[in-house]
Amino acid sequence: MMGKKHRAEWYIVVVGGVILTVIIFMSVFAPFLAPYDPLASVGDPFSPPCRDYIMGTNNLGFDVYSRILHGSRTILLISITAALFSATVGIPIGLMSGYYGGKLDRILALVMDSIYSFPGLILAIVMAAMLGPGVINISLAIAVIYVPTYFRMVRGQVLSVKEELYVEAARSIGARAVTVMVRYIFPNVIASLAVVFSLNVADAILTEAGLSYLGLGLPPDLPDWGIDLAKGKVFVPLGTWWIVTFPGLMITLVALSFTMIGEGLNEILNPRLKEH
Amino acid sequence: MRSLLAYIITRLLLTIPMILILLTVVFLIVRVMPGDPVIAMLGPKGTPEMIEQMRHDLGLDKPIISFGLDNQYVDYLSDLLHGDLGVSTYYKVPVWEKIRLYFPATLELTIFGLMIAFFVGIFSGAFAAEKRKTVADYSIRLYGIAIYSIPIFWLGLMLQIIFGVWLEDITGGRFAFPIAGRISARISPEVITGLFVLDGIITGSWKQVTNSLFHLVLPAMTLGLVLSGIFVRLTRANMLDVLKSDYILSADARGIKRRKVVYRHALKNAFVPVLTMMGLQFAYLMAGAVLTETTFSWPGMGSYLVEAVHYRDFPAIQGTIIFIALLVASISLVVDIVYAFIDPRVRY
Repeated sequence: MMGKKHRAEWYIVVVGGVILTVIIFMSVFAPFLAPYDPLASVGDPFSPPCRDYIMGTNNLGFDVYSRILHGSRTILLISITAALFSATVGIPIGLMSGYYGGKLDRILALVMDSIYSFPGLILAIVMAAMLGPGVINISLAIAVIYVPTYFRMVRGQVLSVKEELYVEAARSIGARAVTVMVRYIFPNVIASLAVVFSLNVADAILTEAGLSYLGLGLPPDLPDWGIDLAKGKVFVPLGTWWIVTFPGLMITLVALSFTMIGEGLNEILNPRLKEH
Repeated sequence: MRSLLAYIITRLLLTIPMILILLTVVFLIVRVMPGDPVIAMLGPKGTPEMIEQMRHDLGLDKPIISFGLDNQYVDYLSDLLHGDLGVSTYYKVPVWEKIRLYFPATLELTIFGLMIAFFVGIFSGAFAAEKRKTVADYSIRLYGIAIYSIPIFWLGLMLQIIFGVWLEDITGGRFAFPIAGRISARISPEVITGLFVLDGIITGSWKQVTNSLFHLVLPAMTLGLVLSGIFVRLTRANMLDVLKSDYILSADARGIKRRKVVYRHALKNAFVPVLTMMGLQFAYLMAGAVLTETTFSWPGMGSYLVEAVHYRDFPAIQGTIIFIALLVASISLVVDIVYAFIDPRVRY
């Protein structure tokens, strides 16, 4: 299954993994790696990249590089938390709904489809607006968008395996519904789950950046790449490109790393039937 | 024999509960969630009497849901049935008036963005399929995956820097693409449909047409490029299939130039699924429009929504979301019907 045939795909996963590892390293060791305090004015505002400030300073004199390092924590924390929330809610509901079936299942599927078809960012905007600022709140706002994704995936798997012989056999020896769902049906889902989770985090990263760019959801004293972009936006005509270029580049890199891992895994686990 | 009509009717019937669910979800988010909108709207200077008065005016002192008909949920639905989207608390005008004003701007942006996404996607995808397993193919495939990871607003800012600021520096201040607004302040646009380019064509105002097009370039490219990724991948996959078929082989054998074979004969069949994909991408388009509009100061529905959120204008937030939900539901309905029309295999 692996090996020569999927070499290109493995490269993609590995490259994505390497980028991600670097970024995680950055976030874990940010306080040690950052030359300055990300929340303090340490130099002349609008300094271009130079030896003292390798990525320049922003409009308030904060060091961009330090803010980049610390900002990685915020974005990783929120997007991974949101994805975990979504998975924790979506997977059990999908399992139960698919397994028990019936009217409740149909209604639930309809509700999930409706939410799924709605633009996620806009839903998150409204929820963030209602919930107010805070790391937990913004994670919840983002998590809601992806619950249908897990629900649909898991439910689809359940429906396709429900009638298999081994499930019937388990039931006939008296296994409880929960046991059947967890021990027999769920393992089918795990491979796809890894793919969906990676792509989910990638999307959550972009959504989180979007929300903080719009000024929603985060307290102002948390270093965040989206906020840096929002604040730096007005200074673009001045030619101070470094204020917005670096944060956005980082967002792209993190999202890209998760996407590469997810897409690469997808190609490996679900190889396309025709050779591409 | 299943008919198209039966499909249309079934699909329509399915849309109604979906819309109802969306409306209910919006209702729950706006009314039920923690946080008192009235206190948020009045701010610290709201006296208890003012708060009570406003609650009563907005009908918020009724129970949210009850067995009878006198509750917020029923009020909400009946208002909607009468086409009443509420009155904006910040601007003091009906929300619908504002939406009517702002929607054409978003429409114009999304139409041009979609066109760019379509053309970039289709031709890159076809090219990649034709040059399979070459560097060009892998680069285009990488582009297809990577472009979606780029935050739209960052791409917008980068385009502003490169084509708005640096271009002006390089050309000695003579030329640059506009980075804000729909039209220069010195031009008062003739407005008929609200789509400035179209209106300019209708009224024969060449200045309006060119000026609005110039203002559209950067925002539409931002929106279009990010969305093109999925079109690239879809077209490429479809083209690979189509290029293997017999009639392509026979076209080649008849001596038709390869370029004509690929871009005229093969592409025609490969891009139909892309058209329907365009409809499905509408949700992303709306989300992208919000981010693009705030970056380019584009006065559309996205800007209006963000504004409403910052001013805590809850009726405006609610009204805009409802409008978007209805829009998304209608577009997906139309797309499904069109697809069923094209592909007779798709029926219930």
